[in-house]
Amino acid sequence: MSPPLALALHAALLAGLPPLMLGVIARTKAWAAGRRGPPLLQPYHDLARLLRKGAVYSRTTTAIFAAGPIVSLAALLTAGLLTPLATNHAPLGFMGDIVAFGCLLALARFMTMAAALDTGSSFEGLGASREATFSALTEPTLFLILAVLCLPAGSPSFEGAWNAVSWAAPGLARAPLLAAAAALFLVLLAENSRIPVDDPTTHLELTMIHEVMVLDHSGPDFAFILHAAALKLFLFGGLLIHAVLPFPGDPWAGLAILLAGQLALAVLVGTVESVMARLRLVQVPQFLIGGFAVAVVGLVAHFYRIGR
Amino acid sequence: MFDLALAAAAILCLSAVLAAIVARSDRLCLRVGTAGALLASALGAVGAAGALLAGEERSLHLQWPLPVGELHVGTDPLSSFFLLCIFTVSGLAAIYGAGYLPSHLGTRRLAPAVAFFNLLVAAMVLVVVARDGILLIVAWEIMSIASFFLVAFEHDRADVRRAAFTYLIASQLGVVFLFILFALLGRAAGSYDFDLLRATAASTSGLANAAFLLALVGFGTKAGFWPLHVWLPDAHPAAPSHVSALMSGVMIKMGIYGLLRTLLFLGPPPAWWGVVLVAIGAVSGILGVLQALAQHDLKRLLAYHSVENIGIIALGIGVGLLGQSHAQPAVAFLGFAGALLHVLNHGLFKTLLFQGAGSVLHATRTADLDSLGGLQRRMPTTGLTFLIGAAAICGLPLLNGFVSEWLVFVGALRGGASLPPAWALPSLVAVLALALIGGLAVACFVKAYGVVFLGEPRTPLPAPAHEPARAMRVAMILSSLLCVAIGLWPAGAVRLVAPAVALLGTPGSDASGTAAGLSAITSVAVVILASAAGLTLVRALLLRSRAVTRAATWGCGYAAPTPRMQYTAASFASTVLEPFAPVIYSKTHAEPPRGHFPTAARYEEYVGDMAGERILLPAYRRLLDLLGRARVLQQGRIQLYLAYIFITLIALLVWQLAGMRGR
Repeated sequence: MSPPLALALHAALLAGLPPLMLGVIARTKAWAAGRRGPPLLQPYHDLARLLRKGAVYSRTTTAIFAAGPIVSLAALLTAGLLTPLATNHAPLGFMGDIVAFGCLLALARFMTMAAALDTGSSFEGLGASREATFSALTEPTLFLILAVLCLPAGSPSFEGAWNAVSWAAPGLARAPLLAAAAALFLVLLAENSRIPVDDPTTHLELTMIHEVMVLDHSGPDFAFILHAAALKLFLFGGLLIHAVLPFPGDPWAGLAILLAGQLALAVLVGTVESVMARLRLVQVPQFLIGGFAVAVVGLVAHFYRIGR
Repeated sequence: MFDLALAAAAILCLSAVLAAIVARSDRLCLRVGTAGALLASALGAVGAAGALLAGEERSLHLQWPLPVGELHVGTDPLSSFFLLCIFTVSGLAAIYGAGYLPSHLGTRRLAPAVAFFNLLVAAMVLVVVARDGILLIVAWEIMSIASFFLVAFEHDRADVRRAAFTYLIASQLGVVFLFILFALLGRAAGSYDFDLLRATAASTSGLANAAFLLALVGFGTKAGFWPLHVWLPDAHPAAPSHVSALMSGVMIKMGIYGLLRTLLFLGPPPAWWGVVLVAIGAVSGILGVLQALAQHDLKRLLAYHSVENIGIIALGIGVGLLGQSHAQPAVAFLGFAGALLHVLNHGLFKTLLFQGAGSVLHATRTADLDSLGGLQRRMPTTGLTFLIGAAAICGLPLLNGFVSEWLVFVGALRGGASLPPAWALPSLVAVLALALIGGLAVACFVKAYGVVFLGEPRTPLPAPAHEPARAMRVAMILSSLLCVAIGLWPAGAVRLVAPAVALLGTPGSDASGTAAGLSAITSVAVVILASAAGLTLVRALLLRSRAVTRAATWGCGYAAPTPRMQYTAASFASTVLEPFAPVIYSKTHAEPPRGHFPTAARYEEYVGDMAGERILLPAYRRLLDLLGRARVLQQGRIQLYLAYIFITLIALLVWQLAGMRGR
């Protein structure tokens, strides 16, 4: 596939697919609870509705409030161009792109939290404070996972990491990768404000993390936030799928694998949300440290493997 | 080009003397001093950049009329790079000072602040061009004393005097180790000249190890390695803001320079030096940012971030040493390049942040975070530039902090892959430490920026907040433009660093992968900006024909919210700090609201410093007890002291005679 076509496909995936994940998760939860649930494409309807709306701004807010969703979405779209999707290659990928990926997520978070504080609402301050806490605790785990993924390749890039996976090798050789994938799943739940860390459907401000930070946003701004949240889940999903499934190199076959993987992941997240309750906030750091421990297992397995 | 640096130093000294001569007229004195500092900075920065790009090395011997040796100065890429940092930051600080100092007119004499500022810059120039141990220590002491007087500028305040003396004592304790360092090296080489030191010190590993540890303590005190940093959070807030910027931006980096210069003497490093530096960097970085989060004063918060950033620099040097000791030129290059570029970057964004803090202090007469709020609308330029500085110090893409942290990150990750497992582990520890530092720094600067500039003022401000004087605004805008420039064009910045890195690591080290990465960082920045611009356009088009209204912040149904109910800096930080409570030394006193109709409630928090309260103070107290016993010797009688002298002379005589007999 020619580079421009690959770029167009990649961009189309980033723009079009992420909301579907939210629809599948909601549908899975509804099915598990014995409800019919919203249509699969409901998130797309929500986005379209928000984009058609006007907006209400707090008199307290400044330009930072409006810049928050824009910069966050821009940072996540850029991170999306660094993440390989249908093939092992990403349009913007380079040596060191995993570091840029982590820092772009931080940029998105920084602006979301700043926009939350811009409202002067104590609830949004509370949300920002919790987000800052949990993301700071997640950051080392995320980088440890990325390190474990790229250590065999020797070059800190997604493309190198995925190319270096030998799918024919016995299972033990992939042990570091699988441990990293397990840890990545826990980080995915934490970073994307899913149960058991946060509950995206809760309506009690005092218990929320991500949702409470965006209480004051409306109209197109809120549409950007919704898409950015879905996109973040989609990108983490992309990493996880590449870590556990082989991609043949052909973009169309890869696209099929990616789609199947993302749908399966969405069902998995929906199942976790159906069978678990949200943790008490004081227990969230323990959950995050648990994720770190799983990633450390991956690191130990890596050194064990190269030691033999 | 070297001549420009010397000319700049001469201009600085001359303008310092002139400023002292015209001390009676505060305005004239400020004008003379600022003109001198600006002229010197412009000349010096151009000279240093030119020398770096041309790869110039110069050396100049002059006869010194003292018996200890000769006056030997010179530059190599390492010196030139630090000269560039010194001149850039001091120029920005001088512009800011020209607007900031007049607020003290009529209350204090400005002459000390002006003259010692220029003297401090001149002393730093001398530190990095000195090619002789004695000369370096002399320059080092001038630097310490000039900065002591700058810290003590508002000496009528007791807390300022206390901070200044703490600083003076810490620098004098630190320099003792430098005396021992150069005495050891000098005795082995028979000279204090750097060229000779370099030839001999590398020969014995015992001497090299001792010298490394001495340099770590001696230079580390100035740099602010944990737990030697305790002077720093007192001294930075006490000084006027442009001096805080200069001290935090470049003066503490003289410690880094000293350490790197010593490493150059010591030849190929053993890998454990790298491990030591990674450990120091991780501890300084993590504890520095945690302490910063706990602070209630904006300038103290920034001071602790200096400890954090020195930690990042130490991590970079550590990774570089690990790579160098195992012949991994790419790892060494990335580590050293990241560390050096972070020296420049931290100089820029910390200057910017201290300038912003100074403007806030200037406009509101307070730096207490929990009294501030809503300044973005009242001081848009200060707010926007502070935001740029805050994003830069967090290592976010688009800005310069990201570039240097990216280099260290990539170096550490590659070290984790290519070093033998025992040494790969410390390299990966550096990755984890950097990640945790980054996450906590984001928390800290969202707090600092959000609480000061966003929301509503938490207390009625004592003075109507307004933008600062034009010179201060110009300085802040220039600083933020430099931060953006390096963030957008990292390849250019790394070209300035590369010659010094080649000196530290293996010459001709492989940097091709790095070059591709750096240009990719530019593309990443362009993509972010382009997509943000596109989304802004989309939003404007969508909202053009729709109703956009203004209302009160959604209070979740509560009818009478007040600005006092906003999240404060303390409440924001308390959640973040909870998991780290064991390493934060804080005392709280709370009287929570009681009953169904509560009346008064109180909450007080005192945040100390773990290193000071738990390690250094107890150690000093024990030492004081021990030394107190020696007071028996001091009876205050002249006869007794004569007896001591007599006994000493006899003892010396006996020692000499015994020595002659032995021969």
